[in-house]
Amino acid sequence: MDGLRDLYQEVIFDHNRTPRNFHKLPGANRQAEGFNPLCGDQLSVYLKISDQDVIEDVSFEGRGCAISTASASIMTETLRGKTVQQAGTLFENFHRLVTGQGVDAAAPAADLGKLHVLTGVRDYPARVKCATLAWHTLQAALKNAATTVSTE
Amino acid sequence: MNPVNEPRLHAVKPVPMELDVARVRADFPILRQLVRGKPLVYLDNAATTQKPVAVIEALNHYYRLDNANIHRGVHTLSERATAAYEGARATVRRFINARATEEIVFVRGATEAINLVAQTWGRANVKAGDEILLSEMEHHSNIVPWQMLCQQVGATLKVIPINDAGELQLDRIEALLTARTRLVGITHCSNALGTINPVREIIEQAHAAGAAVLVDGAQAVAHLPVDVQALDCDFYVFSGHKLYGPTGTGLLYGKESLLEAMPPWHGGGEMIKYVTFEKTIYNDLPAKFEAGTPHIAGGIGLGAAIDYVTQIGLEAIGAHERDLLTYATQRAAEIPELRVIGTARAKSGILSFALGRIHPHDIGTMLDHQGIAIRTGHHCAMPVMQHYGVPATARASFALYNTRADVDALMVGIRKVIEAFR
Repeated sequence: MDGLRDLYQEVIFDHNRTPRNFHKLPGANRQAEGFNPLCGDQLSVYLKISDQDVIEDVSFEGRGCAISTASASIMTETLRGKTVQQAGTLFENFHRLVTGQGVDAAAPAADLGKLHVLTGVRDYPARVKCATLAWHTLQAALKNAATTVSTE
Repeated sequence: MNPVNEPRLHAVKPVPMELDVARVRADFPILRQLVRGKPLVYLDNAATTQKPVAVIEALNHYYRLDNANIHRGVHTLSERATAAYEGARATVRRFINARATEEIVFVRGATEAINLVAQTWGRANVKAGDEILLSEMEHHSNIVPWQMLCQQVGATLKVIPINDAGELQLDRIEALLTARTRLVGITHCSNALGTINPVREIIEQAHAAGAAVLVDGAQAVAHLPVDVQALDCDFYVFSGHKLYGPTGTGLLYGKESLLEAMPPWHGGGEMIKYVTFEKTIYNDLPAKFEAGTPHIAGGIGLGAAIDYVTQIGLEAIGAHERDLLTYATQRAAEIPELRVIGTARAKSGILSFALGRIHPHDIGTMLDHQGIAIRTGHHCAMPVMQHYGVPATARASFALYNTRADVDALMVGIRKVIEAFR
């Protein structure tokens, strides 16, 4: 299917088949659940944050489409070792990427790295929420919000 | 005149005339377009149907020539607009064979109709300790308004379960109906599964137990003939936009005696006879439930849509869609990864399915890329999804303009999705 490969790159299929860091996190000190009422997708993000605000470990669990699963999986890979502040900047930049606003290359820790495989989402506005569900959940976890976040 | 009218002219209508799909398709301009470079294959008819030229022209004509407020002006345009709007009401009455136009209340859609009944009839008749009986396959619009009512008055919701084929467990109804059951809310046809329910039998049973019945006909009226007097339902509701009519239109049918006894819902203009600051005398039916300026163009468009399907004939439409469903079900069985959700014996043209671990949203995007529009998600029927243990399904739903070629395109598309995920 010509053109569709821009959205469904091989890396996305790979992370969908075998999501990384896909488990509960022993010793997690932050956690949140995310929910997309549009498709019924649900996921949990677990974080272990150091006293210096460094994300020492991060994992996720749940079920979703290939876009949301791959996005969550790549997010966990990207975040390990980053500070909480860097994570916030990354999310902002990632959001700009998938909504087609163009990334802010000058922002600190702006390098989205492997997250660029989700660039194709910008041509499918209905799927932006799939790509950002894990990130919204991450934000809730960082705030240690006890409630379930929703993309709606 | 269009030759498809002819069978309607005979007093005795024998075999339904076969539907001329090529001719029908020519009536729907939206179908002649490319989506993502491919000819559009529109299979999301349970969400909303496309509109024939007759409906588009009815709206056009109204706004170009007749636009005026109804029921109050003495000028020519107002008289024309009123005649057209009330003409549409008469068309709706004939369409569902209601006894009188007083029983035909125009609303924004099935959702509004159900909320109206819950908040007027419900508030007046359902008390603490009473019960409302629904089915497991209801759309959220026939669950939430009743849940809200139950919370307001302290009543309880009870649920008729479905079996794994997606059929109501009819043998459970008797035990679920009690002396406290005030109303049974039941869908004529499930939007998520396609199941056609034996509503007439259920109505009989409910009446025997002293309960009123509301039938949600949103997924039925475009696919099978409905006769509210033969059904003997107390309320029947549907949305115009699933019947080839404009969005924002719909019907509440209610037995006159019930509507008469119900308190009004929205207050305002049109629903009154006389207003002072001390007291208001409410208007007669159906105006009592139609406060404010209605969607006049929409009502007229709905009338045009009903004329359109009536000319073709609901028997012919139903037969055509059954053929498509049978064909689609056979073709789907050739794909080992495909699991049909909803395999009731009596089904309308809805094929809900899952493809192993492939998420419906990925299916939807990948099919869209091939120009094929289907619905993916929970179809506003989360309890049905919970029954089958899936977060969502993919759903193809057929209308009178669909063809076997559309089904073929869908099956090719599904195979490509499976291939991409291999």
